[in-house]
Amino acid sequence: MATFSKGGIHPPQNKITADKPIIPLALPRKVELLLSQHIGAPAKPVVVKGDKVVRGQIVAEGSAFISASVHTPISGKVTKIDTVRAANGMPATAIVIEADEEEHIADEDSRMNPSVVRSDTELEILTPEEIREIARYAGLVGLGGATFPASVKLTPPKDNIIDSLVINGAECEPYLTCDHALMREYGREVVCGAELMRRACGAGRVVIGIEDNKADAIDVISRICDEYPHISVKKLIAKYPQGGEKQLVKAITGREIKSGCLPSSVGVVVHNVATAYALYNAARFGLPVMERIVTVTGKNMSRPGNFLAPLGMRIGALIDYAGGLKDNSGKIILGGPMMGRAASNIDSPLVKGISGILILEDGESRRKAVEPCIRCARCVSVCPMGLEPYLISAYGSNRMAEDAEANGTADCIECGCCSYICPASRPLLDNIRLGKRLIAEKKRLQNK
Amino acid sequence: MSKILTVSLPPHIHAPGSVAACMWRVNLALLPAFGCALYFFGLGAAIVTVVSVLCCIFFEYAITRWMLGRTPHIADGSAALTGFLLALNLPSTLPVWTVIIGAFVAIGIGKMAFGGLGCNIFNPALVGRVFLLLSFPVQMTNWQLPGVDRLAYTDAATGATTLQLLKSGAVEASDIDLWNLTFGAIGGSLGEVSAVAILIGFIFLLVTKVITWHIPVSIFVGATLLSFLAGINPVIELLSGGLLLGAVFMATDYVTSPMTGKGMIIYGLLIGTITIIIRCWGAYPEGMSFAILIMNGFTPLINRCVKPKRFGAAGRAVSA
Repeated sequence: MATFSKGGIHPPQNKITADKPIIPLALPRKVELLLSQHIGAPAKPVVVKGDKVVRGQIVAEGSAFISASVHTPISGKVTKIDTVRAANGMPATAIVIEADEEEHIADEDSRMNPSVVRSDTELEILTPEEIREIARYAGLVGLGGATFPASVKLTPPKDNIIDSLVINGAECEPYLTCDHALMREYGREVVCGAELMRRACGAGRVVIGIEDNKADAIDVISRICDEYPHISVKKLIAKYPQGGEKQLVKAITGREIKSGCLPSSVGVVVHNVATAYALYNAARFGLPVMERIVTVTGKNMSRPGNFLAPLGMRIGALIDYAGGLKDNSGKIILGGPMMGRAASNIDSPLVKGISGILILEDGESRRKAVEPCIRCARCVSVCPMGLEPYLISAYGSNRMAEDAEANGTADCIECGCCSYICPASRPLLDNIRLGKRLIAEKKRLQNK
Repeated sequence: MSKILTVSLPPHIHAPGSVAACMWRVNLALLPAFGCALYFFGLGAAIVTVVSVLCCIFFEYAITRWMLGRTPHIADGSAALTGFLLALNLPSTLPVWTVIIGAFVAIGIGKMAFGGLGCNIFNPALVGRVFLLLSFPVQMTNWQLPGVDRLAYTDAATGATTLQLLKSGAVEASDIDLWNLTFGAIGGSLGEVSAVAILIGFIFLLVTKVITWHIPVSIFVGATLLSFLAGINPVIELLSGGLLLGAVFMATDYVTSPMTGKGMIIYGLLIGTITIIIRCWGAYPEGMSFAILIMNGFTPLINRCVKPKRFGAAGRAVSA
């Protein structure tokens, strides 16, 4: 079994929803679609207040090379384009769409019976340009959480030849099971999407990396891969951060991406299984990214599960499907517990990058008191990037940008292993991120 | 919404460890050695240990509260650990007043003068021990005969340690009973008597992942290699004196040892060789304490020069 070369941790997996099926949620009557659900320039609205829209219609268009379009999952009327509060508490622009009863019923009907727009043979003759255009039109972004526009990553770079496509099915974050459920239930679609990606980026082979704690998914995907000569499965050791881009490429291809470089520098492109699945849906059914699979979980949730949820629905409504908040719910995390972001309110809408909603209890949601560093060196031994977190953290908190930079602060992938393991509960990652800010600031001033 | 949510930066989960857990585990790992000391030296061992631990706790509390004006964290077990380690490095016949001075130097000068937990350069317990050794050489080398008169304290019957006998040429290496060296019927400091008791503690610390193998094993390797080169029996060198106690419990002190595996190995090898150098060619029969303190002083330099291999680094890692 493969793994990355250094560091890493084994947090309790808590995959409560591992064997829960994917349940499609009813379409809401109202959605708030944020214009910025991806890395890059926010999308530009192409509708105005009062417009009638239908399910799947583009409502905001990608405005730059690195940008992505937004589509509506419900038919209805644009009631306003206004500022709403995003999950992080910051204001963000959203297109608000409301459906009436008739539209709602028609949407549910078409959703259950999507019409095939391309047959198997038609899929096989798609050119790389056409596949990229499908991804671009569908507003496809990295659905593992990074939300980088997929069509850009599917374009082979000028100066590197891509020989391998790595599909990330590691799902190394504790609690999250959306990719696991997806691979188990829609293995064929995932593999088919991966094949489309392979052709788009011109890679000779595809390797789907899956952690060994998902035996059923490995079985399903392996069996389907037998039909595809270019695609294989690599079993990975369940260890965090196995799904980190650099770690995954190292584990699967043995190649080490140099500091500051992209996977394409070693001839590799990495996409998530959920992105491959979404590309398949876009190519096969003409469905843009307007829904995604979300794990809603937590130790005190009464009905945790994996849900197919329309984008733009209230996060609070999604939590209600899993049993709702309890009196002792203390923290809501969008994403996994290691890298996810804490939400400040539950009235914000679901966006493309949210793979999970984790509700922690009061007790476990608070940080422990910070103690003095006893130099136990655990942060050094768990750092998957071979950095010295205790040191660069101190450079960050002491605002020593030059030393922070010289000691590799920019290489930090923010996996959080150091903060997780620190027996003194020191906020190592917080300070390292501060150091990154300082370095960026310094660069900005120099370039002026 | 009425519910107040906690918002903080990731990661949102934390390993179930704490500074106190580390410290108390080391204290726990010292119990077999302490049990042996009680068995062989009786009352004296009990008095020295209790006085040392209580005084270290008191001095840390007093200095933190009344001199620095901060909140003391006695429950983290680090002061108790310093006291425990100091006691295990003292002879069982040491008078109470000397132990009190040792505890004051260990905590006051060795630890608090540098800023308290995590800031000291030298191992506090060893600072205390070496201070006593240099200041009170007679009392500090008054080794009670093991298992003879367990109710005696400062008036106990005494004899020389194995290393002293070897140094003075009173015995030949071939006459030394390795069985007694292993199980503890030998004169020496409280914690130096039984190799087996210390190895039990070592295994406990490894299994509970409080320490890694790097430092102790490289000390053993360094000492063995130089013993071979010097033409002396490495088994006797490893089992006698404070080498085992030092390698497992003193050199592995987090605060004063290097931060990377490679650094730890360099540090350990040098401690092992310096110890044997002092034993063979130095003025003292035992050199473990000095070797560790010397290498404590080099730890910042090792940390600066020996960096972990960075993922994706083009060449050698750049040091600040």
